[in-house]
Amino acid sequence: MSDTTTEETSPHLIDRVVIRFAGDSGDGMQLAGDRFTTSSALFGNDLATFPDFPAEIRAPAGTLAGVSAFQVHISDHDISTPGDSPNVLVAMNPAALRANVEALPQGATIIVNSDAFDERNLAKAGYEGDPLADGSLSAYTVYEVPMTSITTESSKDLGVKPRDAERSKNFFALGLISWLYTRPVEPTLEWITQKYAGKELVLEANQRAFKAGYHFGETAELFESSYEVKPAVLEPGEYANVTGNTAAAWGLIAASLRSDLPLFLGTYPITPASDILHELSKHKHFGVRTFQAEDEISGIGAALGAAFGGALGVTTTSGPGIDLKSEMMGLAISLELPLLIIDIQRGGPSTGLPTKTEQADLLHAMYGRHGEAPLPIVAAKTPSHCFEAVIEACRIAVKYRTPVMLLSDGYLANGTEPWKLPDLEDLPAIDPAFATGPNHTEADGTEDFWPYLRDPETLARPWAPPGLAGIEHRIGGLEKSDGPGNVAYDGANHERMTRLRAAKVAGIAADIPPTDVDHQDGAEVLVIGWGSTYGAIAAGVQRVRARGHLVDQAHLVHLNPFPDDLGDVLRRYKRVLVPEVNLGQLSRLLRAEYLVDAVSLTQVSGIPFRAAAMETAILQLIDELAADAKADEEGS
Amino acid sequence: MTDVTEAVPVPLTTRKDWSSDQEVRWCPGCGDYSILAAVQMLMPDLGVRRESTVFLSGIGCAARFPYYMNTYGMHSIHGRAPAIATGLATTRPDLDVWVVTGDGDALSIGGNHLIHALRRNVDITILLFNNQIYGLTKGQYSPTSEVAKVTKSTPFGSLEQPFNPLSLALGAEAGFVARTHDMDRKHMTEVFRRAHAHKGASFVEIYQNCNVFNDGAFEQITGKNVRADMLIPLEHGQPIRFGADGQFGVVMDDDGSVEVVEVASVGEDALLVHDEHKENPGLAFQLSRLSRGPYEPTPIGVFRDVDHAEYGEQMTDQIAAATERRGPGDFAALLRSGSSWTVN
Repeated sequence: MSDTTTEETSPHLIDRVVIRFAGDSGDGMQLAGDRFTTSSALFGNDLATFPDFPAEIRAPAGTLAGVSAFQVHISDHDISTPGDSPNVLVAMNPAALRANVEALPQGATIIVNSDAFDERNLAKAGYEGDPLADGSLSAYTVYEVPMTSITTESSKDLGVKPRDAERSKNFFALGLISWLYTRPVEPTLEWITQKYAGKELVLEANQRAFKAGYHFGETAELFESSYEVKPAVLEPGEYANVTGNTAAAWGLIAASLRSDLPLFLGTYPITPASDILHELSKHKHFGVRTFQAEDEISGIGAALGAAFGGALGVTTTSGPGIDLKSEMMGLAISLELPLLIIDIQRGGPSTGLPTKTEQADLLHAMYGRHGEAPLPIVAAKTPSHCFEAVIEACRIAVKYRTPVMLLSDGYLANGTEPWKLPDLEDLPAIDPAFATGPNHTEADGTEDFWPYLRDPETLARPWAPPGLAGIEHRIGGLEKSDGPGNVAYDGANHERMTRLRAAKVAGIAADIPPTDVDHQDGAEVLVIGWGSTYGAIAAGVQRVRARGHLVDQAHLVHLNPFPDDLGDVLRRYKRVLVPEVNLGQLSRLLRAEYLVDAVSLTQVSGIPFRAAAMETAILQLIDELAADAKADEEGS
Repeated sequence: MTDVTEAVPVPLTTRKDWSSDQEVRWCPGCGDYSILAAVQMLMPDLGVRRESTVFLSGIGCAARFPYYMNTYGMHSIHGRAPAIATGLATTRPDLDVWVVTGDGDALSIGGNHLIHALRRNVDITILLFNNQIYGLTKGQYSPTSEVAKVTKSTPFGSLEQPFNPLSLALGAEAGFVARTHDMDRKHMTEVFRRAHAHKGASFVEIYQNCNVFNDGAFEQITGKNVRADMLIPLEHGQPIRFGADGQFGVVMDDDGSVEVVEVASVGEDALLVHDEHKENPGLAFQLSRLSRGPYEPTPIGVFRDVDHAEYGEQMTDQIAAATERRGPGDFAALLRSGSSWTVN
C-alpha cells in the first residue's frame, strides 16, 4: 500500500511510555494488557502494571460502570510505578473514552475503536454529542480505527459468526499497539497457539485479528511513526513478570520447602485474595493442601488446626475476612502457635470497593482484637516483594510461635513487575525446632512437659504437635499458668502472661534489620511509608532529587514491632512525611510511639498514589523549611 | 512426627493412664462425669496410643473435656472445633481426632462448621453433649430446648422450634449417626466404640443431664424405671422392638413414615427391620423423627453407618497422584512456569 522508505518507518526512540487499554468488562482488556506486558518483559523493558476493573463481572455493556482498564508502564530504565498518567489510551467504546480521558495529559494519544462510536453507545456513555466530531478532544492526538469491522473482516472466510468474530477485537488492538511500540510478535502468536489449542477457529480468528492490527499500523499511514522503548539495564539473571498474589503463593511454597513443614492453606474466596488459593491449588505435587472452607472463620480455624498438628498453617483474605477471623487470631495468640494471616487489603468499610486498593487495615492488624493481643505485622512493598515478605512472615511465625499478619493490597496483588528469580538455597532456612521430649523436672525427679516453658531468649514456647509420647498436653484459650500451662485464673499470673506475650512480640525488633534509609547527606526531609506506596514514593523522591533538592526515603516492612532504630531515624529530620492510602494510620502510630510531628499525606480514592502527588508534597515541606530558615536569618 | 512410635507396640493402659492430673470441675452430679468415665474407660480397649489421640473442643461445659484427658488436646473457641479439627485431621491422618461439643456450641454458634465437617466427611468423631440448655452462661434456652421453655432469657417461654440434632446430621449426609445417653455407661461405651471405628465423620448425640439448669430433661425416657418402655434400642438387622416385655415395635407406614405400635396388634413380621448400612439416609431420618422429644419413646443406638470416601484421605490421594504425574515439586521450574527471560 505504501512505498515509504525504511528511514521513514524506523522507530522513534523513546525512554518510556504509559499505555492504558480500556474497554467493556467483556472486551478482554485485561488480557490485551497482560499480553502486551509479557512481550515487553520478554523484550527486556522494566515495567509496572496497574489493572483496574469493576466489581461487577459484566456490568451492562457500554456503560461507564462496566469499563475495565489495564495500565502498563514500560521503560528503558528502572521504574517503580505504573505511571501517573497514560501517554496512550486505547478506548474500545465511548464509555471507555469518557471514563479515562480525564486521566490524560495534554498531547496524549487516543486510539479509539470508531465502530463502537454509534448513537446508542454514545448515549450509554452519557455523551450528548460525538466527542470524535465536536472538537472536545482537540488537546489530544486522536486516531480513529474501525477495529470491529476490520477484525470481523479478517476472519470472514473462516466461517466464524460475526458476533463471535468481533470478540477478537482485543487482539486487533493488541496487534496495533504491538506495532506502534515495536514489540516482538512471536511471543503473542505462540501464546495464542497454546492458549486456544483445540479450539482451532478461535485460535485462527485471534491470530488473524492480532496480525490485522499489526499490519494496520504498518500500512495505514495513520501513524507518523512507530516507537521503540529499548530494554532496560537490569541486573543479569533470569526474570519473570509476577503479580503480588503469584509471588505470595510462591513465597508460601518456598517457606514450606525451607522449613520442611507441609503447607496448609485454609481460606474462603474473596476479592482480591482468591488468586493465591487458585495458584496454590495447582501445586499439589509440592505437598500443598488447599482447603476452601465454608467461611472465613473455618478457613483460619482449619489453618490453626493444621498448625497445631505441625504444618505451616496459612489463611488468606481481605478486610471483611479479617473482621471474621479476629477471634481465631486471638486464640492463636493465646495458644502461641505459628500461623500466617495474609490480608490483601481493599477499600472499606464493609464491602466497600472490592476491586480497588487501600491500606486502611493497618490499625486493625495492630489493634483489632479484644484483650491485649499483639501480633507481628509484615508488609509487602512491591508485587515481587510479596515473595520475600511472605517468607519473612513465616520465619517470624515459626520462630516465635505466633500468628503473623502479612499485609498486601489490591494494587500489589494484581500489579506486576519483572522479578529476578531467586535460588531456593539462598532463601533463609526456617527451623521448626519441634519439642523432642520432656523439658522440665518436678521436685520429685519426674520428667514432664511444660507447654508454656519459654525459650529465655525469644520467649517462644515449645511447639509440640501430637504424635510424640511422653509430652501429651492440653492447650486452650483460657489463661494458663506461666510454665506448666494449666488453666489459671489468678491475677498475678495473668499480668505476667500478658506482659510476656507482649514482650515476645516486642523482642522481635532485635531480630529484624534496622530501618532501611535511602539517604543523602544533608537531607532534612524524610518520606516514610509502608506497603504499596513504595513505588510512588520512590518515583516522587527521584523527581525531587532531579530538581536538585535533598530528600530521604525509608520504607517499613516490619510494622510490628518497628525496627529498633526507628525513633532515632525519625528524630534526625526536621520534617517527616507519611504518605498512606488511608486516613493516616501509620502516622498515628509513629506519633504515638516516638512523639514525632509526622506530616500525614493521605488519599483513599481506590487507586495508588501518583508520583506527582509525592513530588508536590515533598517540595512543599522543603519550601517550608527554606522559608523557616530565611525567617530565622532575618530574625537574627 | 508420625513415624516416631510406629515400631513400638501399643502399650497396655488403664483408665488412669488416660486421665490427666487436672481436677474435674463440673458441677457435682453433672451428666458429663459419666460420659468422661465412659470415654476414659473405653480408651484402653481401643488399641490406640495416647500420643496419637487428640480431643478438641469449643466453648461450654462439655468443652472442658480435653483438659481431663491425658492425650493431646485443645480447648478452642465457641463453635469452631469442627473447623480446627478439619485442618488437623486433614494434615495428620495418623491421629485419632475427637471433637467434644454441646448443643449450643455445635448447633447454634457452630452450626455451619458442624454441617460442613459432616458433609465433607472429615475423619473425626464428634460427641455432642445435648442437655437442651446453656449451662456455662447459667441457664438460657438452647437450640435444642423445647418450645415454650421458660428460662432466664425466655421468661414468657421460648418461641423457637428446636433442632433435632440427628435429623440435622442426617440432612448433612453424615455417614455415622448415633444416639446414646449419660445414664447407661455400657450403651455409651458401645456407641463410642462404633463411632471411633467408623472412618470419616461420626456424629453421636448424648442425652446429658444438666442437674443445675435443666434437671431431669430426659428423666421421662432415661429413668431406670421407665427406660425399657421409653427407649428404643436400634440393632442392625433386627426388628425394631422395645418395652419391658417386648410389647412395642416400630412399623413403616405406606407413606414412608414410621410409628410405634403394639406388636400384638400388627404381628411380629410387620415390624420394621433396622438397616444401618442403607445408603439412602431416608430410613435413618424417619427414625430420627419418631420421637418429638424426650417424653415419647425414643430410638437410641446407631441410626446410620455407611462408608464414604474420607476427606483427608482423598486430599492425600490427590497429592500422591499429582506427585506421581509431575514428579516431586521442583521449585526452580515453578518460578519459570510462566514466561521468563534472561538478562545478560
